[in-house]
Amino acid sequence: MSTTNSAAKTRSPLSERLDLIISPVFAAALAILGFAVWTYSDLDKITIAILSPDKVQRQIGETLILGLSSSILVVLIAVPVGILVTRKGYPRLKNLLVSTLGLGQALPAYGLIVIFFSFMGSGIVTVILALATFSLLPVLRNTIVGLEQVDKSVIDAARGMGLTARQILLKIELPLSVEVILGGIRTAVVINVGFSALAFLVGGGGLGETINSGLKLDRGPAILIGAVMVAIMALLFDFLSALAQKYLKPRGL
Amino acid sequence: MDFLLRLIDFALSRQEQVLEGLAQHTWYVITVLVTAGFFAIVAGVVTRRSTVAKELALAIASVFLTIPALALFVIFIPLVGLGFAPSFIALFLYSLLPILRNTITGLDGIDPGILDAAKGMGLSPIQVLIKVELPLAWPVILAGIRVSSMLTVGIASLATLVAGGGLGDFIKSGLARLPLPNSLESIWLGTLLCLVLALVIDVVLQALRAATISKGIR
Repeated sequence: MSTTNSAAKTRSPLSERLDLIISPVFAAALAILGFAVWTYSDLDKITIAILSPDKVQRQIGETLILGLSSSILVVLIAVPVGILVTRKGYPRLKNLLVSTLGLGQALPAYGLIVIFFSFMGSGIVTVILALATFSLLPVLRNTIVGLEQVDKSVIDAARGMGLTARQILLKIELPLSVEVILGGIRTAVVINVGFSALAFLVGGGGLGETINSGLKLDRGPAILIGAVMVAIMALLFDFLSALAQKYLKPRGL
Repeated sequence: MDFLLRLIDFALSRQEQVLEGLAQHTWYVITVLVTAGFFAIVAGVVTRRSTVAKELALAIASVFLTIPALALFVIFIPLVGLGFAPSFIALFLYSLLPILRNTITGLDGIDPGILDAAKGMGLSPIQVLIKVELPLAWPVILAGIRVSSMLTVGIASLATLVAGGGLGDFIKSGLARLPLPNSLESIWLGTLLCLVLALVIDVVLQALRAATISKGIR
């Protein structure tokens, strides 16, 4: 996962390849671990009830809905805001944003979800909004960083060729920064899928329910299998985003 | 404003708990940064000559950051039980990537001419590492440690879910008592103290930076 700060660096072919290999390998290893626990440990009735296929299926569905809708929401908000503050005339706002974003990483997702819950009550919308708020930072940061690292002389050349500001944005700046922006979106998707495991805290469902039941009823295998499932989903989405990052960037780069 | 006053009132009436939560949270940050920092820097140093080893180390460290925090906190419970241990392991694994990546970036960024000069002056490889490479890479490594510290402060709030204490305790107990009096105060207190702690750690790291960066590259 190309996260946190230095996403702007172009990646070497080797790291790009490893990027696509390592997540599936870990996911497969975890799947084997989960399967081994499921097959070889002595599961009592309670554990089997926690892990009943109906429940798990519903929780996976909820995880998908929570993770994807919050990610779409984030993209719809953060990318336009990032574009806006990198236009001329907003340098102050941009600098303020960039300096706050670093500290924002210390914001506990746990506290955020609970605070949203205290205002909005339980349910899926609460979780989606809390997740979106939390994962706004990486997308916004990468949008700003991506647009800033576009070579100014390229923009000058485009202007010299008579392109309007709008055309420059759509045909030059965005294509040249799409890999960095997608890196931020990838981080956000992984965060959203991962932290949707906290949705159970405020009645939003998700695979965290399985983990929580395992914790409450002291059933190690249920905890482990729940954690493995959440982890596999996050790794899967990381892999899919890595694919998108690879194939959506313009050919010329 | 009214709420802020109530919040302060709430914190003052529970000074002991506040101090305990802060101490536990800070303890996580310190132990994790020291161990993960040491481990990541060693890994970065050991792999610095081989591109494949470097990229592999980075890829593995980045998987840990991809695994959802809650999963990482609970997955070790069957092995090590509840409390400090599973929280520490999860935070440790989470903190590796930023420090490892910056160690590698920092070491990669050193002008090969400088290393040649050091070798030419008769320094042994270990001396080159300790006297030249690490001091030159240190500012970048510290930036990675800073990112890791911010991550750790935020995620350590989950320790409470595996009985590991910390500032998350306030969030958890507030959630459990909602909407009774003082529950909102408890939730906000836990969340805001995380941010305050992050600010303090940031200041400390900046002081550390000023104190430890070699004079020649300041």
